[in-house]
Amino acid sequence: MAVEFTQNYFEIFGLPVDFQIDTSLLTERYRELQKIVHPDRFANASDRDRRLAVQQSAHINEALNTLKLPLKRARYLLQLNGVEFDDEKETTMDTEFLMEQIELREAVANVQQQDDPFSSLNQLIQSISKKKADMIGQLQNLISKQAYEAAKMQVQKLQFMEKLQLECESLEQDLADAL
Amino acid sequence: MALLQISEPGQSTKPHERRFAAGIDLGTTNSLVATVRSGQIETLPDEQGEHLLPSVVRYMENELSPIVGEKARQSAADDPLNTISSAKRFMGRGLDDIKHLGERLPYDFVQAKTSVPRIKTVAGDKSPIEVSAEILRVLKERAEKTLGDGLTGVVITVPAYFDDAQRQATKDAGKLAGLNVMRLLNEPTAAAVAYGLDKSAEGITAIFDLGGGTFDISILRLNKGVFEVLSTAGDTELGGDDFDHVIAQWFMQQANIGEDASHGLIRRLLQEAREAKEALADVEAVQMNVLLDDGNKWQATLEREQLNQLIDPLIQKTVVTSRRALRDAQVTIEDIQAVVMVGGSTRTLRVREKIAEFFGQAPKVNIDPDKVVAVGAAIQAEVLAGNKADDDLLLLDVIPLSLGLETMGGLVEKIIPRNTTIPVARAQDFTTFKDGQTGMTVHVLQGERELVTDCRSLGQFALHGIPSMVAGAARIRVTFQVDADGLLSVTAEEETKQVEASIQIKPSYGLTDAEIETMLRDSITYAKDDVELRNLREHQVEADRVIDALQMALQQDGDLLTEDEVKAIEEALLELHKVRTGTDHRSIKNAIDKLNVATTEFAASRMNKSIKQALTGHKLDEFD
Repeated sequence: MAVEFTQNYFEIFGLPVDFQIDTSLLTERYRELQKIVHPDRFANASDRDRRLAVQQSAHINEALNTLKLPLKRARYLLQLNGVEFDDEKETTMDTEFLMEQIELREAVANVQQQDDPFSSLNQLIQSISKKKADMIGQLQNLISKQAYEAAKMQVQKLQFMEKLQLECESLEQDLADAL
Repeated sequence: MALLQISEPGQSTKPHERRFAAGIDLGTTNSLVATVRSGQIETLPDEQGEHLLPSVVRYMENELSPIVGEKARQSAADDPLNTISSAKRFMGRGLDDIKHLGERLPYDFVQAKTSVPRIKTVAGDKSPIEVSAEILRVLKERAEKTLGDGLTGVVITVPAYFDDAQRQATKDAGKLAGLNVMRLLNEPTAAAVAYGLDKSAEGITAIFDLGGGTFDISILRLNKGVFEVLSTAGDTELGGDDFDHVIAQWFMQQANIGEDASHGLIRRLLQEAREAKEALADVEAVQMNVLLDDGNKWQATLEREQLNQLIDPLIQKTVVTSRRALRDAQVTIEDIQAVVMVGGSTRTLRVREKIAEFFGQAPKVNIDPDKVVAVGAAIQAEVLAGNKADDDLLLLDVIPLSLGLETMGGLVEKIIPRNTTIPVARAQDFTTFKDGQTGMTVHVLQGERELVTDCRSLGQFALHGIPSMVAGAARIRVTFQVDADGLLSVTAEEETKQVEASIQIKPSYGLTDAEIETMLRDSITYAKDDVELRNLREHQVEADRVIDALQMALQQDGDLLTEDEVKAIEEALLELHKVRTGTDHRSIKNAIDKLNVATTEFAASRMNKSIKQALTGHKLDEFD
């Protein structure tokens, strides 16, 4: 395989290994790389080279995907710093956070009974987004202080929020399908 | 480094030789082909000057080839069971899905021995893939006649919201028609390319594409020739056909026509409904006249207001879908620079009104909604064929629906979420749940729902020979790879013992390779049993590609190789050159494989070199 896997995702784009990144530089570098490795550049190449291009291009997409979103970027950065995640086993959270989760979930469950389920759901989604944004701000702080264990906790909480958000979206899809 | 320059007179395919390429819009209602003519990309007309080929195929008894296009369309009401229209709606679908399309089945479907349903006609049982291949064949001939030469390759467009099965079916149809399908391109992306290049548009653009049978909305970011799809959403069972159906149902109520109406009457009704709908774009009211089964005529007046009432629920669906696309793209309505209308059904005024209302801006209707997709596909085809050294054009598309695996309890674990940029490869580890478990079924699904039963099953395969261990000890890594066509392949591997199983996902409702081979053999294009010859030709072309590409690579980057590597490559190259002119496709294939092995490292280090150069600011101009 061609892209050097010894390079971490930050290095692929020639960016410093840091939670704060220049996203416009990231996108710019990403496009430059895709212009070289994208399968469309190899439409007339041999089967092998075309396969190679698919793998290369996929790898660069994955790198972008990981760095583009703060939560994934944080998780990846923590992993680079030796923090291990075991999603199956580590589910303990502080009780305050868990209570809030339960409340939010109840609100989601009640959406269908509302007069205008679409707009109540939309409000919920927006308030979840806002909470997430605040939490990401805190996460950034923790990482810059190199408080990696605390940052890991924060990442786990954010993963909860993300899951909740996805559930809201799939509920919206259900509502739309029922139209 | 002394490397042999092997090039026989008249044999080598020169890199500057022009390759003929075309873009094909295989539509539900109409299809088109576009290519370069005297420097311009344009759609091609038939001998009567018609650009649109109605996607209708009429099978005849004792005729080798069916009638395709306008003539077939006109006979739809007289010969409804042998005249197949809207075959696109059945592509990649099983009989159960087709029954769930919610309309009365217009044809005699037969459940064939294989999973692909077939339609009974006087010329035999035909799969929707074969029907589509007939349409493609006509367009291929049209292009080749215009160009005066064979087509090297084509780009065929598909609705962005097509799932894997529907894409695979489309690619198979291309293969059946004898086409080299260089790429499947999403229709809204094709439209964005044509629109963006034509109008030099930049910024975030929404492509609203409502065709005869399918609806797509794609949100793209246009930036200096890079067309980046941020999200796509849609409905592969929503289009102008559905407008016709609600109008026809309204008429049936007026005229007291029951569910027992003849196939012919239904066709006449739908035809009349379509004409009424089209007329209402210009006038306020229209008369509908339909000849009933009992020989009487029934008249009704359809007013625009009534039409709007009938189709509003359908348009509402497109609005809800558009909202989801915006959210997935993480943009707001205010971010949208332009809304571009594509597809014949965006001529319906009500659609334009409702979309203008939703986006808070007048949609762009200044490009031909019928032709723009084919033109965009042709632009992409030109680039892929290597005719356009347009280094700036790059299309980055996404998968429309999430891909996942069945896990315990009939649940779906998503591996790749929808709107992930392709190509993409992603792996997930699984383990055994019983002591001593040695086998495992991998069930691949596509869709957004949590339950297996609510998603589309793409295929299942078994991984055998997992070493016997306690539950949870084996580590099975399942890797999904989606290529630039949006097609999926899946591999599974037990990591401790490296037992491997892999499939190119052949969807549950797909044709097998053997079926395609048989159909090719049976079709008139290959009547003379020239499958062997075709194989030879294909391998020769591949050999030429490999030789050309390698020679160019050696010239540019030969210094990356050691003496020994050069020697190994030269030997393999000589061998390939020797067998290339022979008649045995197997030995050509062997020689290609050997050469590929000899150059694997070389190809990898070349790519790394390019990447490094890009990052250190060296542009690749020196390679041109």
